[in-house]
Amino acid sequence: MPEQPVEERVTNFNEVPLGYTEKDALYEAQRCLQCELPTCMEGCPAEVNIPGFIEKIVEEDFAGAYSELLKTNNLPAVCGRVCPQEEQCYRTCVWNKKGKPIAVGRLERFVADWARRHNRHEAFPRVKKKDRRVAVVGSGPSGLTCAADLAKMGYDVTIFEALPKPGGVLIYGIPEFRLPKAIVEYEVNEIKRLGVKIVSNFVVGLTKTVDELAKEFDAIFLANGAGAPRFMNIPGENLNDVYSANEFLTRSNLMKAYRFPEFDTPIKVGKKVAVIGAGNVAMDSARTALRLGADEVHIVYRRTREEAPAREEEIAHAEEEGIIFDFLTLPIKVIGDAKGNVTAMECIKMQLGAPDDSGRRRPIPIEGTNFTMKVDMVIDAIGTNANPIVSRSATGVETTDRGYFKADEKTGATTREGIFAGGDIVRGAATVISALGDGKRAAKAIDEYLSSGGSLKKQKAN
Amino acid sequence: MYEILEKEKWHDVIYSMRVDAPFVAKVAQPGQFVILMTTEKGERIPLTIADYDPEEGWVQIVFQTVGKTTTELAEMNEGDALFSFVGPLGKPSEIDKYGTVVTVGGGTGIACVYPITRALKAAGNRVIAIIGAKTKELIIMEEEMRKASTELLITTDDGSYVRKGFVTDVLDEVLQREGDVKKIWAVGPAIMMKVISDVTKPYKVETIVCLNAVMVDGTGMCGSCRVTVDGETKFTCVDGPEFNGHLIDWPEFMNRLRRYEKSEQHALERYEETRQCGAK
Repeated sequence: MPEQPVEERVTNFNEVPLGYTEKDALYEAQRCLQCELPTCMEGCPAEVNIPGFIEKIVEEDFAGAYSELLKTNNLPAVCGRVCPQEEQCYRTCVWNKKGKPIAVGRLERFVADWARRHNRHEAFPRVKKKDRRVAVVGSGPSGLTCAADLAKMGYDVTIFEALPKPGGVLIYGIPEFRLPKAIVEYEVNEIKRLGVKIVSNFVVGLTKTVDELAKEFDAIFLANGAGAPRFMNIPGENLNDVYSANEFLTRSNLMKAYRFPEFDTPIKVGKKVAVIGAGNVAMDSARTALRLGADEVHIVYRRTREEAPAREEEIAHAEEEGIIFDFLTLPIKVIGDAKGNVTAMECIKMQLGAPDDSGRRRPIPIEGTNFTMKVDMVIDAIGTNANPIVSRSATGVETTDRGYFKADEKTGATTREGIFAGGDIVRGAATVISALGDGKRAAKAIDEYLSSGGSLKKQKAN
Repeated sequence: MYEILEKEKWHDVIYSMRVDAPFVAKVAQPGQFVILMTTEKGERIPLTIADYDPEEGWVQIVFQTVGKTTTELAEMNEGDALFSFVGPLGKPSEIDKYGTVVTVGGGTGIACVYPITRALKAAGNRVIAIIGAKTKELIIMEEEMRKASTELLITTDDGSYVRKGFVTDVLDEVLQREGDVKKIWAVGPAIMMKVISDVTKPYKVETIVCLNAVMVDGTGMCGSCRVTVDGETKFTCVDGPEFNGHLIDWPEFMNRLRRYEKSEQHALERYEETRQCGAK
């Protein structure tokens, strides 16, 4: 797939991969063997009829391909861009046996982009409206998907979102150069066209508790995301120029600080930036810092490239753009001046020992290898903790020791009847697509619950 | 949208607004705050809730024009709508029957201690309220505070009203005079809250301050507002905004308040320039 040239793209926030042309898409689609018993779909949490939509592309019926996608997935332009396809449809494609798997994600993106360019609005089959109300907490990929699926079944669905704009991590977390916000807006608007209501600026847990919602709605889906940023808990971490990746990315993406002063929200970028961690969020932070004008950006990671949780594609993009990777390096102290400015970071070299619980080899500090690296900004991208705002307002919904909701893997059912949960607030920080899959499964389970006469409103007050 | 129902200019730089926000008004409690955006391109700024009416569905905010956003907000009028207005955020003040308590408000901080003072009195406390400002014109909500408290003491830095002196001076006198003050609330500029915490420390009276940290989302998601309290990192938006002033790392907090000083200055200057151009 063609991409923006490196030297150009590091100076702008435009999307990096440029997408297939019709010719590219046709060529790739024609490679699909249309297996009688397709294995590609096994790997798709969104349950997309992969051979079905590819067949429509071959027929040059792009509108038909779009309809096929939307039957199960209401966020195709998003998934076509941010799904880790190499672990899903690419991995299970039969072509792996003797060649390159079909680039399903790129085809999905092509179809969704075609539909948006042609301002295509899908006419969904009319369903009988059901007189049952479902509340969805959070408008990220999990909440949007659950809401869309339930609306397609005829339920009256309201999403509650704390931020002014819907999309959750798709809006505040993933940068414009990886997922343009106009695309998210388009797909969210299509979901609204299904009849889903979105109430923004509404913090469930504070503006209204889950217990209060339980009196107004027949079922609830909790998909409020993981939320709270994790810090390393090392000295100097509250110096002025130490950011959480959440803060850095939210300022840049949601609040559009990269367009300051046209937008009012400011952001600071150092000349030499250290991003701690090696997941997708770390790559996003590093590449954002570069685009905001940093001279030098380092990824500092205590393990090696092999253990890095980011997608290969993201690491490769970061490398191409000149991000410097300091593997087997652990920060132990951030050093600053009296005004709170960061001036350096003390680190120690690591080596890999025996595998730990996660199956990855445990990093062990090598004594006496301490060194100081000169940096003037640090971004912690080492994961998130559960934000307790929602859970503490939900009586009877149990959480794990770490604050995540306990939910049934197949249905998303929590320990309180009528309340379901999914996405990062169940899994910890995971992927867009796993959150989307949770939303789909929960929608089915909520339908079953309501169809069999269940309702939160019928429960006795706690 | 969140309509401005009523706007009052109390002074050249101090404004009060009542904003239509029924969900917030319904559950707001003393000590909580909102985050608002004037326009879609605006910045999110936290403002303490000065008053609210669950029946009529409005929330009152009181603010001083210090930067671009507050200047722009001050130029909005009744009937205009804010792009975003979310709350109530943060933990409410711990209102209980303590006995004799003191509330201190400096500048627009007076509007923040007002609902706390009122609630403390309603809970049966003897509430001594101290309010102060640079000069007479900047003393706000005097009548409301008089009603909300058992005893109201006023001071001005320049002596243009009632007496000359800082709120810390008055507080010190009150603590010497009163044998048994159970708890103190102080809201105002960071430096005032720091000095108050210094003054009350020898008296060993718990002193609650309300931090005006820099925030983005205000729901615990970004960590912009983190502050060290008793050696531990806390988020002002969800763990506060009220903390024990004796336990706060004040130098760190005041450094973090200045994180965006240059950008803020730049935004304000740019805004004032374009505004002057527009006026021509």
